[in-house]
Amino acid sequence: MSDSAKSLYSSQKPESAFVRWVNQWGSAVVDGITTIGDMTLFSWKMLKWLFTRLPCRGTVLVNFYQVGALSLPVVALTGTFIGMVLAVQSYAQFHAIGLDSRLGAVINSTLVKELGPVLAATMLAGRVGGAMAAVLGTMRVTEQIDALTAMGADPIHYLVVPRFLACILLIPSLTIMADFMGIVGGYFYSVIILGIDHAAYLNHSRDGVTGFDLFSGIFKSVFFGSTIAIVSCYRGFNCEPGAEGVGKAATTAFVYSFVLILAVDLFLTIVMNSIYYTIYPNGSSFL
Amino acid sequence: MNEVSASDDGDEISEVNHSDEGVVETQTSDDEKPLIEARDVSVVFDDQVVLQEINLQIARGQTVAIIGESGCGKTVFMKTLVGLVQPTRGEIYFDGEGLHHMGYSELTQTRRRFGFVFQNAALFDSMSVFENVAFPLRQSEVVSETVVDERVMQHLAEVGLPRNVAYKRPAELSGGMRKRVGLARALILKPEVVVYDEPTTGLDPIMSDVINELILDTRRRYPVTSVVVTHDMHTARKVADRVLMFYPRARLNENESQVLFDGPPSSLEHAEDRRVRQFVRGEAGERLTELAHGLSG
Repeated sequence: MSDSAKSLYSSQKPESAFVRWVNQWGSAVVDGITTIGDMTLFSWKMLKWLFTRLPCRGTVLVNFYQVGALSLPVVALTGTFIGMVLAVQSYAQFHAIGLDSRLGAVINSTLVKELGPVLAATMLAGRVGGAMAAVLGTMRVTEQIDALTAMGADPIHYLVVPRFLACILLIPSLTIMADFMGIVGGYFYSVIILGIDHAAYLNHSRDGVTGFDLFSGIFKSVFFGSTIAIVSCYRGFNCEPGAEGVGKAATTAFVYSFVLILAVDLFLTIVMNSIYYTIYPNGSSFL
Repeated sequence: MNEVSASDDGDEISEVNHSDEGVVETQTSDDEKPLIEARDVSVVFDDQVVLQEINLQIARGQTVAIIGESGCGKTVFMKTLVGLVQPTRGEIYFDGEGLHHMGYSELTQTRRRFGFVFQNAALFDSMSVFENVAFPLRQSEVVSETVVDERVMQHLAEVGLPRNVAYKRPAELSGGMRKRVGLARALILKPEVVVYDEPTTGLDPIMSDVINELILDTRRRYPVTSVVVTHDMHTARKVADRVLMFYPRARLNENESQVLFDGPPSSLEHAEDRRVRQFVRGEAGERLTELAHGLSG
């Protein structure tokens, strides 16, 4: 060991608990700010590619298939169950006050405005976001991303842009599917199992959901899709070495995406409500 | 301090100067400017100094082996040459042009003049062997699929792989086959420089020698400059006409150069520096004591 290294070791004094605590918090804050900055730059580079040169059709279609076609069954199935669960949960209260037939309005409105988009986004974050982070993380760890750069291809253009496009363009379809299957599930449980009158259920359902509600849900889903794509790709690109690093990237991609989806949902819901009441002060709809 | 480190057998490297600052300067015997030049290159990750003030030149057509124990920064240096890692300080020049002065598209064009063989081949899992080898071609040129097919098959044949391998996935190949596919992919754009990262690591002795022969064959077939990062002394001796030995920065004195040796492979055994001789002979030396005290590496 060199003399300078020895002197370095001997000059170190034990830190107090308070200094350690300040160090840890300081380091966490710096890391957080750095990550936000990195992610912003990452998104900026991705957007620059998006508006200058689109990736080739083959790369985009593979991602469309992965994100859209393969997510459809799971989104449809969960949508159906959520619709039925809403019926089960709400029925007792509505029955008690004699408003059974209004169940459809509540179920459908909840699904179209909130649960459909959030559910589709959550399923996408779990099924696709985690997989994206794991695939890109593995590519990082096995130097495949370096290989792309070394061969003169831009990894963000080649790997991130197609995934981003797939997420933002297909999440509206997945949201519509979740909405539709939830409505079907809710109808099935309410009318077939609980015996609520078919015509009254449908009439109230139609009254309870406006075109703006549908638009608002689909509009929000586009932001959810972009959140999932950016967070997952960023986590994958910045994966730590080894199998543990890949696992951590996949897990954090889902967790961060999910938390951000809910935060974005809150923000957009406030914005959309403000817009709605500005356009329709009396709560009317454009239907 | 100056030391003559190359033999008189026609090697281009004639003299190595160890300056007072611990910088190693290599002079080429001909008047040609070096193809690759590192000037005062330092790379620091967080608080860890991986490379410090590396100065060296690589002449066109030379095959340089960079040796050194794990963690000495040889792979980082190699990635710095291609711009995959940005130097914290210092500059890399390729064919007289500084990589730091290049814009994005110019850097991309420069990278295509390099062929890179990664340690574990870094083949794209989602693509077949054919698509992997064709990838650089499709990225850089507008060529017909007939030409792509012809060139991919030609390069696979050159590395000794049969046609049926082209339609397999990388996961279905052995380690040696993956390395050969990686070599075919690196050569398909007819690069001026081929960079090999640990080309024989993880291979059996026979397959290691097959790869060594392929490196030599590549040099015979194409007028390439090669940089081989390895800790396999058999590979270094067999393929290189110049060897550089890096040493971990953390275990050097402040004024010592990180490049402990720069000369022909034949001089390795008789190098002045004890650490070079220990590495070449595979002797642990004082590392055992250091490790026992948990002081480093």
